[in-house]
Amino acid sequence: MDKLIYLDNNATTKVDERVLEEMIPYLKEEYANPSSMYDFAKKSSNALKVARKQVQEFVGADNEKEIIFTSCGSESANTAIKGVLANNKTKRHIITTAVEHPCVLNLYRQYEKQGYKVDYIGVNANGELNIEELKEKITDETALVSVMWANNETGIIFPVEKIAEIVKEKNPQTVFYVDAVQAAGKIPMNVKNTKIDMIGISGHKFHAPKGVGALYVKSGTIISPLINGGHQERGRRAGTENVPYIVGLGKAAELAKDSLDYESKEVKRLRDKLEQGIIKNIFNARLNTAPTNRVPNTTNIGFQYIEGELILLHLSDIGICASSGSACTSGSLEPSHVLRAMGIPFTALHGSIRFSLSRFTKEEEIDYVIEKMPQIIEKLNRISPYQDELEALRNLK
Amino acid sequence: MWDYSEKVMDHYRNPRNVGKIDNADAVGEAGSLACGDSLKLYLKIDNGIVTDAKFQTFGCGSAVASSSILTEMIIGKPIEEVRKITNKDIADQLDGLPPEKMHCSVMGHEALEDALKNYFNDEMEFNMSETQDKLICQCFDVHESQILEAIETNKLKTVEDVTNYTKAGGACGKCKSTIKNIIDEYWAKQDEDKPKLTQTQKILKINSVIENQISPELQKDGGDIELVDIEDNKVYVKLRGKCSGCKNSHMTLKVFVEQTLQEAVSKQIEVIEVQ
Repeated sequence: MDKLIYLDNNATTKVDERVLEEMIPYLKEEYANPSSMYDFAKKSSNALKVARKQVQEFVGADNEKEIIFTSCGSESANTAIKGVLANNKTKRHIITTAVEHPCVLNLYRQYEKQGYKVDYIGVNANGELNIEELKEKITDETALVSVMWANNETGIIFPVEKIAEIVKEKNPQTVFYVDAVQAAGKIPMNVKNTKIDMIGISGHKFHAPKGVGALYVKSGTIISPLINGGHQERGRRAGTENVPYIVGLGKAAELAKDSLDYESKEVKRLRDKLEQGIIKNIFNARLNTAPTNRVPNTTNIGFQYIEGELILLHLSDIGICASSGSACTSGSLEPSHVLRAMGIPFTALHGSIRFSLSRFTKEEEIDYVIEKMPQIIEKLNRISPYQDELEALRNLK
Repeated sequence: MWDYSEKVMDHYRNPRNVGKIDNADAVGEAGSLACGDSLKLYLKIDNGIVTDAKFQTFGCGSAVASSSILTEMIIGKPIEEVRKITNKDIADQLDGLPPEKMHCSVMGHEALEDALKNYFNDEMEFNMSETQDKLICQCFDVHESQILEAIETNKLKTVEDVTNYTKAGGACGKCKSTIKNIIDEYWAKQDEDKPKLTQTQKILKINSVIENQISPELQKDGGDIELVDIEDNKVYVKLRGKCSGCKNSHMTLKVFVEQTLQEAVSKQIEVIEVQ
């Protein structure tokens, strides 16, 4: 394949060259274990400190002791959730959302089997969370509230700072965990000014390599470790530190923080151009979310009466990478739980495509997609059995 | 990323016979928009021969490929021949489909069956009328007859297989235990239909299946098998030649040797490797 237009940055991102450069010495000559006593270990032990500082500044934490390095977003979530619940066994009520990432949802399903009561808060047709419902559900028995900062499929931002206030007002003992995997690098985070207790992030979503993540735990929040063993990460995550990848995470965090302005202006401009270009030129395309309150890089568009995997396969043939909430691509037989929770009509649900940009996305790439999309959709429309319905939509536009 | 065959890719990229036949002699439908895939098949039938076929499909790459190749398989063929086409034939013509996508071939077959039913307008031709055909999976609207047909045509053994072929049980999962019962009953009945063997007859039969069916297949790959002992339904074997020490030998035993013996002798057979 010659052309590659990568618009699936919510799935993973390309490693920034500058990140890789920082990492290489620690994969080669600077291989010392940072816990060792000799001088040779100083550089790797220092590198950890620098990275911790970079991540601290990235999430806006008060001090670097609040940062725990992990292997991925799922480990961050597991450490936070299991760590809190193991430490507070008498309270067995959890509140989360119906649209959380599967890595979190599947964990809560396990807790339900163990007898926990879990409330899943729904969203409206725009993808926005029902905060009133969440507020009502909080009781003295609520051990944990867990809400994602931004949704991976729709890009919708949940007002976690405000939710934190609500949670603490109703029950100061309740711990509030925020899955920030899709917010990190896209919108500013400043946890020290909020009542959020913990957030989880994943490096490969903001141009660090796969295999490294972090968890912010506010001072005073106590968690039991997921991985027991040595004293690393102040006893909260045993295992020799993955120095090169942690260095990469730190550098990526620094670069992402510096790019926030570019994200909010330039990436957003390109996203909006793509979105409007598609919706204007294709009569059976519809925006699946509200146009506002979204991270700047994501758009989710439903193509009515055609199926998502077929669209992705045709896009892939001309070098365009995107993803779909359709059942056929997920390996399960059900379409996206996020789009279903929003009540997206069946006519568009199976034909929903997510484009997610990054700071490396170029204008000519967006122009190419806008140019090619109508031809592909026209071809697929002709195969659809719903010709009368498509005709009605065409006349409407 | 699905592992689609070249043929599947060719057919979703360049689908054959797309469209509608306005004065079709038979129209068949399968699936639904809500379920994520649906298919309309139009047939022109002249003197008992399918002279033209067209399709319209809402679905993924393999659904379009299954529909497209089905039209090629039936154009120019006498109805009697077309009626014999199974979902397995459709998948085979495409050089196979990923297991999770087998339901696309089933949908093609269902639309064909629906079209023929509508052509003959004679429900008696088909073994089960809608009224006594129990609805098993409410999420995907799958009936008992569809599940039984998939089990029979494709020799399905597990609930996961049935989900891959029919989608039944793939959403809320409530009907999984019912599906399990349907599978167990079907295979128990297959066993009953076989003549009851005495222990001696069973030993002779196992021996003959190993010698005549299993061993020649393994020899083709430079391996072989030796029967060591039989105890009730437990068959102890040793793998020889290239099979011994091969890292896929467990698969060979469970998938090939055990299934062959189960089909030929009894479903109860368990194959155990001795070193």
